[in-house]
Amino acid sequence: MDANHKMNNPREPQVSDSNSNVQSFIQIQALSKEFNGFKAIDQINLDINKGELFAILGGSGCGKSTLLRMLAGLETPSSGEILLDGEDITDWPAYERPINMMFQSYALFPHMTVEKNVAYGLQKEKIPQSEIDQRVKNILDLVQLGTFSKRKPDRLSGGEKQRVALARALIKNPKLLLLDEPLAALDKKLREQTQFELIKLQEELGVTFIVVTHDQEEAMTLASRIAVMKAGKFVQIGSPTEIYEYPKNRFVADFFGAINIFDALVIDQDDTQITATFDQSALTLKAYTDKTINIGDKVGIAVRPEKISISKDLPEDSNLTTSKGIVWDLAYYGNHSIYRVKTESGQIVQVSTQNQKRSSDHLVEWNDEVYLSWEQNSSIVLLD
Amino acid sequence: MAESMTNHQQAFGDLLWRRIVIVLPYLWLILFFLVPFAIVFKISFSDPIVAQPPFTPLFDQSQSFLNWFQGSLNNYLFLLEDNLYWVSYLRSIKVAFISTICCLLLGYPMAYYIAQSAPTKRNVLLMLIILPFWTSFLLRVYAWMGILSTNGIINSVFLWIGVIDEPIQMLYTNFAVYLGIVYTYLPFMILPLYANLERLDLNLHDAAADLGGKPLQVFWDITLPVSLPGVIAGSLLVFIPAMGEFVIPALLGGLDSLMIGRTLYDEFFVNRDWPLASAVASILLLILVLPMVLFQRNQAKSAEETS
Repeated sequence: MDANHKMNNPREPQVSDSNSNVQSFIQIQALSKEFNGFKAIDQINLDINKGELFAILGGSGCGKSTLLRMLAGLETPSSGEILLDGEDITDWPAYERPINMMFQSYALFPHMTVEKNVAYGLQKEKIPQSEIDQRVKNILDLVQLGTFSKRKPDRLSGGEKQRVALARALIKNPKLLLLDEPLAALDKKLREQTQFELIKLQEELGVTFIVVTHDQEEAMTLASRIAVMKAGKFVQIGSPTEIYEYPKNRFVADFFGAINIFDALVIDQDDTQITATFDQSALTLKAYTDKTINIGDKVGIAVRPEKISISKDLPEDSNLTTSKGIVWDLAYYGNHSIYRVKTESGQIVQVSTQNQKRSSDHLVEWNDEVYLSWEQNSSIVLLD
Repeated sequence: MAESMTNHQQAFGDLLWRRIVIVLPYLWLILFFLVPFAIVFKISFSDPIVAQPPFTPLFDQSQSFLNWFQGSLNNYLFLLEDNLYWVSYLRSIKVAFISTICCLLLGYPMAYYIAQSAPTKRNVLLMLIILPFWTSFLLRVYAWMGILSTNGIINSVFLWIGVIDEPIQMLYTNFAVYLGIVYTYLPFMILPLYANLERLDLNLHDAAADLGGKPLQVFWDITLPVSLPGVIAGSLLVFIPAMGEFVIPALLGGLDSLMIGRTLYDEFFVNRDWPLASAVASILLLILVLPMVLFQRNQAKSAEETS
């Protein structure tokens, strides 16, 4: 990873230097899984550190759930190895792994009370009943479900079920907790609240979490590192800021929030700076990249909507990349507004601005002729 | 105004229809179950006579109101005195119970396997379970007689191979009765079990395994308790008809395979003692209904406790 790109993230654990010999907590090596010739997981390598909250993000059918199930021991890999704390656990059955999982549908045992659901994992370990009772009480208090212990799952709300599932998965003090779409079944408000509780809990307990999700927002707010997955492979692994600000390719750029991508042609190249023409060669821009690019290459230039300024007058700063267009559409969201501007070549560019001033009328209106401008280092150069 | 009138009329019509829909099956049950049973129950209190019908009338209009009911408990007392009835009841319970257990042990793995199969394969397997119903029940029992008899298929093959020197007596034994009942009622066990196991959430197995449950423990802790309603439904569907079974013990069983169905038949048609036969039938119903009522009350109670 490029050192320049590393952002300061307070939640990011102390990632050991890649040159040192310190072993990662979880090592996934050349892991593959085939179903009748279909490669669900294709030669995956991944290192996860102790105490990390790691997210695996991808669309449906990308293999993220299969990967999670292989970590849990519920699916047998076709090839490759999984190491936990230096130990090869690839062939361990699920019931012997010090790994627990929170299932997407929660999979609470319908015939058992909350208490018994949570106690199940400990009972299988032949722990004395008095200790089980104490630990169940503690964990139910931790997830604020102390008063629900005698209820059956069908008498719980979605949020309560989610917390029972979490308590049940945490009670055995697993070395690794796997969470399959932990917030997907909750409504928006509860989801926001729960995700902060989840982070707090993870920090308190220090358990390593792997979250699988299809929701990029969820991944970004929860995780210290994210792996973006597509067709059984990782496309990019990095911190949320790295992935958002420096996406490796169009897929990642597109997956994380809104982005404008211009087709451009490289006409000059100097160390890390390239000059390219875009908007049907009418405009030129300069951008920085660490990728090897040659003159004559066709590239994608991606710019996030919030990085673009919109103005009626041409900005004076000549270092800015500028483009001209007319306002095609605008939407007022209260805290911010989104403009869709049609450039001279016909491409629609999305711009988002913070509404910092309280003003009843917009500065820019429909069909206004406007200038779009952004800084050189806001342009992301994409090869594929 | 006119519109609201028609709306009102329509609502009334809907209500009427709903009532008719509910009332019809109840009427059917009252007419063809409750009334005949009331008649049987009534006959069980009369005395047998050689006449048509072969029992004394219960209601005598000529008597005063206090003596109006002419019934007696003689028949029930007689049931207690004669060992024959005790033995038949107990034997029936034993045969029905063992057959139910056998059906459960055979049917559970079959139902589980069908429920876990791919949809196309599942339909074929279900079809195979239902297929025997397409031939007459009597024909299938006769077929078993052909298979089990001393010069039947099994004995012929065994003799030919040389495993045995003389035919084994299989037909007209208790073994043949159990075989016949388990064979006949197995689908009644499999179908409700399948309906239950098909809805089983396999994530529950994964969750239990993930929490440290070994495969057998997962079955015992999760699968079996969750499928208990199916087990109970299947068991009742086997136990109840097996209890009153008449044809199978009569055709496949020996002289010692006396079950309550046979006793009932003999009382009605051989002895022509309708009142005693009615008493036998009433007690049989009591034996079948009582555990079901107790079970249902227990279910309702546990449902209340969780709320």
